[in-house]
Amino acid sequence: MSWILILEQTLNGLQFGLMLFLLAAGLTLVFGIMDMINLAHGSLYMVGAYLMAACVQATGSFVWGLVLAVAGTALIGMALEVALLRRLYQRDHLTQVLATFALILIANELVRLVFGSQPVLLNTPAALSGPVDLLPGLSYSSYRLLIIAVGMAVAVLLYVLVAKTRTGMLVRAGASNREMATAMGVNIRTLFTIVFGVGAALCAIAGAMLGPILAVQVGMGENILILAFVVIVIGGIGSIRGALVGSLLVGIVDTIGRTLLPVLFREFLPPAYASNLGPAVASILIYVLMAAVLFWKPQGLFPARG
Amino acid sequence: MPTRALTIATLAAALVFPLVAAPLGWEYYLGFASRIMIYAIAASSLNLILGYGGMVSFGHAAFLGAGAYAVGILMAEGVASAWIAWPVAIVLAALFALVIGAISLRTRGVYFIMITLAFAQMMYYVFISMKEYGGDDGLNLPTRSVVGLGLDLKSDATFYYLALASLVATLYGLNRLVHARFGRVIEAIRENETRMEAVGFSTYRYKLVCFVIAGAVCGFAGALLANQGNFVSPRLLDWAQSGSLMIMVILGGIGHLYGGAIGAVVLLALEEVLSSYTIYWQLPVGMILLAIVLFAPQGLAGAFARTRRS
Repeated sequence: MSWILILEQTLNGLQFGLMLFLLAAGLTLVFGIMDMINLAHGSLYMVGAYLMAACVQATGSFVWGLVLAVAGTALIGMALEVALLRRLYQRDHLTQVLATFALILIANELVRLVFGSQPVLLNTPAALSGPVDLLPGLSYSSYRLLIIAVGMAVAVLLYVLVAKTRTGMLVRAGASNREMATAMGVNIRTLFTIVFGVGAALCAIAGAMLGPILAVQVGMGENILILAFVVIVIGGIGSIRGALVGSLLVGIVDTIGRTLLPVLFREFLPPAYASNLGPAVASILIYVLMAAVLFWKPQGLFPARG
Repeated sequence: MPTRALTIATLAAALVFPLVAAPLGWEYYLGFASRIMIYAIAASSLNLILGYGGMVSFGHAAFLGAGAYAVGILMAEGVASAWIAWPVAIVLAALFALVIGAISLRTRGVYFIMITLAFAQMMYYVFISMKEYGGDDGLNLPTRSVVGLGLDLKSDATFYYLALASLVATLYGLNRLVHARFGRVIEAIRENETRMEAVGFSTYRYKLVCFVIAGAVCGFAGALLANQGNFVSPRLLDWAQSGSLMIMVILGGIGHLYGGAIGAVVLLALEEVLSSYTIYWQLPVGMILLAIVLFAPQGLAGAFARTRRS
């Protein structure tokens, strides 16, 4: 076990955590402001990745593909909000879970109808396909570095948007006390649509950036959606800061756990147990983390409502 | 009382079905009907906590999986007797429910939904990593559980009657439970937990007992399901499975005695019919589901009761 490996895995964890943050940020805002559980958030991530694949194919450019995919997904998200999700805000959580579960089924089948059930190929841009030397002995994929850079840039942008602008102020007001914000004359309806569009755009960025390293396939949204929910529950629902801390925690714990735990177990346990137990414990590690956080802090690490 | 007449007619039809199935060549539907009835048991157990108790558990499939794997693993180790395997399945599921419930019931609302989901996911990954019991691919069972008493569960008709008897027993028990003092307390806690606490009920303990009962019943359904298909796999614990159990309850009618059963029949029959017409059957299922959630929030049993009342 070398330090180089741990450093490399930490970078992988950071990269995964930042992409999780893009999903979790949208989810936590929708959840916190509109008090709405949106299981279909993962479907927007899937739609983003598929649009990216289609747009890169059509334009031949990674950057244009990204721009078009993000804009397209944001439009789809806003249309969905206006046409359907708006009706669900006043309903109970159970209804929201079921309605958006139905949306997942519909979205998966529509994507399968349009793109087929085989995974779609999405390549890294040629300029970024090789590794770069970060330290002597540590060469790291340049595309993953780009993901980290994009993730950080979006996180900073989102922070400025939420903490420094007037729209962001309204968003924060809505998250901490919806009734009061409405009473003070905030147009909650338009705000909701905008927030939903931003959330969809963030999903699309994550889907588009992760597309080349994970498979672009039907059902890709579901697994990452559950992770995003784990993140916002750990961080505290409605809190962007909590989403960031939770994402990095989950990303790094998950990635490092998968590498380190099997090695650790092999040190201390007979090999027959270790080969089974290592992966098992590694894959439930983040759920244990979440259960532990909820046990001691039932409102998450950074509760948005005081 | 038309409801009672309808119940008796349905039960009579269910009793006669295997007798006419063989001459008509409907053997396939005997297995299908057994599967529906097993899911009806599982959905009814979820209805107890979801509908009557107001606890929105998004991880009920965990108990289905626990029961199924208890039967599967025991059989892989050479224990085929139903008299050992099924009680183990029920007790194991109840124990899981006790641990999961004891921790989850500390939280409220959305957090409860998410933590139950997290526990189900944990168990899902644990079963995936058990390579000696099939891992991701699942485990084939060589035979069905052995009951003795002159009953051979390998016969699909015998198994059908067993599933039917189990379903009737479950619904009878559920009916008794929700009309007993315990059920009244549970429903009152759903309506106003603070008040019940103030009156002096230990609400946490009532909710936990309710959660464990539901888990145990669902574990039994899992044991039957493993027998029905001669197969257990981690898919049984998938979060989509928890989702479909919830759909069954909502579809049938949340907090209605027959809600879980009606939902199981409608959803599984819908899947069966639509999947014979198109490989994209999830699309119409999703749309129908969306329509029901938006326009008939009380489910089919609720819509039926409403039309009768008006």
